[in-house]
Amino acid sequence: MKKLQKADYIKMYSFMLKIRRFEERAAQLYGMGKIGGFCHLYIGQEAVVVGILMTIDKNDSVVTTYRDHGHMIARGLDPKRIMAELTGREDGYSAGKGGSMHMFSKENNFYGGHGIVGAQVPIGTGIAFTHKYNGEKNICRTYIGDGAMNNGQVFEAFNLAALWKLPVLYIIENNKYGMGTSVDRAAAGLDLYKRGEAFGIPGEKVDGMNVFSVIEAADKAGKYVREGNGPYIIEVQTYRYRGHSMSDPAKYRTKEELDNYKQTDPIEIVKAEILKKKIATNDEIEKINKDTLEEIKNAAEFATNSPFPKDSELYTDVYL
Amino acid sequence: MPALSPTMTEGNLSKWLIKKGDTVKAGDLIAEIETDKATMEVEAVDEGVVLDLLFKEGEANIPVNKAIAIIGDPNEKVEVKKEAPVEKVIEEKKIEKNIETKIDNNNADIIDTPSPKIEEDRNLSSEEITMRQALRDTMAEEMRKDNKVFILGEEVAEYQGAYKVTQGLLQEFGKERVLDTPISEHGFTGLAVGAAFKGLRPILEFMTFNFSMQAIDQIINSAAKTLYMSGGQINCPIVFRGPNGAAAQVAAQHSQDFSSWYSQVPGLKVIAPSTPYNAKGLLRSAISDPNPVIFLENEILYGLKGPVNNDVNFSIPIGKANIEKEGKDLTIVTYSIMLQKSKEAALRLKEEYNLDAEIIDLQTLRPLDTETILNSVKKTNRLITVEESWPFGSVGSEIANIVQRDAFDYLDSPVIKVNSADVPMPYALSLEKLYLPQVDDIINAAKKVSYIK
Repeated sequence: MKKLQKADYIKMYSFMLKIRRFEERAAQLYGMGKIGGFCHLYIGQEAVVVGILMTIDKNDSVVTTYRDHGHMIARGLDPKRIMAELTGREDGYSAGKGGSMHMFSKENNFYGGHGIVGAQVPIGTGIAFTHKYNGEKNICRTYIGDGAMNNGQVFEAFNLAALWKLPVLYIIENNKYGMGTSVDRAAAGLDLYKRGEAFGIPGEKVDGMNVFSVIEAADKAGKYVREGNGPYIIEVQTYRYRGHSMSDPAKYRTKEELDNYKQTDPIEIVKAEILKKKIATNDEIEKINKDTLEEIKNAAEFATNSPFPKDSELYTDVYL
Repeated sequence: MPALSPTMTEGNLSKWLIKKGDTVKAGDLIAEIETDKATMEVEAVDEGVVLDLLFKEGEANIPVNKAIAIIGDPNEKVEVKKEAPVEKVIEEKKIEKNIETKIDNNNADIIDTPSPKIEEDRNLSSEEITMRQALRDTMAEEMRKDNKVFILGEEVAEYQGAYKVTQGLLQEFGKERVLDTPISEHGFTGLAVGAAFKGLRPILEFMTFNFSMQAIDQIINSAAKTLYMSGGQINCPIVFRGPNGAAAQVAAQHSQDFSSWYSQVPGLKVIAPSTPYNAKGLLRSAISDPNPVIFLENEILYGLKGPVNNDVNFSIPIGKANIEKEGKDLTIVTYSIMLQKSKEAALRLKEEYNLDAEIIDLQTLRPLDTETILNSVKKTNRLITVEESWPFGSVGSEIANIVQRDAFDYLDSPVIKVNSADVPMPYALSLEKLYLPQVDDIINAAKKVSYIK
């Protein structure tokens, strides 16, 4: 497994915390009517994307679902501009035209942010195709929600990726619910990581509440894919604390279930590890907490003060 | 000569696998025939002795249904004259019927007569090539220029193209750039869109556009919208091409025209070539364009022959219509295969009613060249639109809207649309003919806008 340095622990903690604080603030802005439309929060799932982040090369590509704010933060993008996209302002990553579900940053090899369940899977496979076509050693990390694992195009993409040995790492974020339908009510066969078996794609299941488990699996899988062996599937068992979107009261699950997961909160696990290994003191942790809160507060302020797109922008970016 | 594809009208005798005097049983291979799509082996249906081979190896353009060999009992006398006219069952349903003035009697090819403007093209080839050849050549030329251009689709590589449009590309460019896909439109379309996001320039062949329905989410939601949704960061330089509309008796699920469906979508450009000449110029523009382009070919037109401009940089701009024929009495706006029917109708309108029709071949459906249409209507004051699509919300519907809005005072009669029947395409030959717009329908519409009874 990848050898973690002290700085890596701090990086993990900071990123996970930043995602959490960002999402909480987004929820607040949504409640204030500053963010509209659909808004899907990542709270509870932070260890997944941050674990993967620890194994990524900057020229690797990433493509994900509409639950994408955390993914963008983990890709190193500016929370100010992410939040400005959520508020639909001209400083947003998509200049206010994409919104929460459709954000991109080409210079950071972040290819969305896709609003159609499953659509990002063939797209990520095509980005991987391009890496191979160009003779690059990079891979494309393609995130998939558990809900998309019953979607036909996912299997068409698996078949093509295996057939053409494409450098794509599929990461299934199994947060147990596709909107309000639990996985066991949607999927015949609960081992989603085995769904590549018929195509010869290896897969494994990982505890997604524990960032160290994610890193270990992502490191191994990333190497396998980068060495030209074709695709690989990781199913990360995770949990979203909030509803599917802001308008979802999540009445389809019990409070006990939620509380149970909160016992294994991914951020607390890292924090405990940092203290145990004496990588940082409580005071130093507190400083990170305070700085993060400040950074996100500034992001919210920036996002609510950025101007709305000019009317003339309505007709731009339709064609290049 | 057996009909070995729905659109085959003639075949070439590539090779005899039997010789005079051989005894053949039903099921024995007797010849290799090159059709409009492939080279195929033909089996004997009857038993007997090969009494005569009526054509030599290499003879081309032998009409369907013509006797090519005589198999029978050597003791019975059989008389078949090589030049004897054979029953032309298939002719009835073919578009050639409507443009017979342009058919060379010794050669059943459809020949396009270029418009006067195109005849002025100094680089016009003396040789006439088919539409499929024009498309193939253009793809090869662009693939030579830019190794980011690659082609994928069902049967494009080893099979050489379901309609032979990609013939020879695998041999020249190899399997990394000419990729056979599984029958998996949703998957490989999404894959190609992802590749285009990442900077490649895919040409994606749909075996027919009917199958693009399987992939339409990726075309609309991913290819067309991402530039906008990303605030201008991520463009999608891809060409979706393949035959669109009716072939010949392939019925409801394989005959749909999608021109108005795709033309409705901002972010897409939509092109519908009608001749080898404009197919070449337009496909080059499509491949070079940084946006997703829907390139609607037509299976029946693949065999259409005409001169082309062989300059490897020759292109026709997207968004520009061609005035195929100038006229003063009425305007016919059309595209794709209906251009040929409109030309035939124009000849008859002149002969029979002394009406001088102006024909506009749209070439591009989106963005639409409204200026050329409006200028024409302002001159002729009468407009009919002719297209193969269903009538509701068709390209003609939009043109009618634009013309009533921007040239209302110039119109001397209501705009009339000529479309297919508002039903799924039937299989029966007789009903298929009724379904499709025919020359008579165009003439009737022209008479109506001209108030001729």
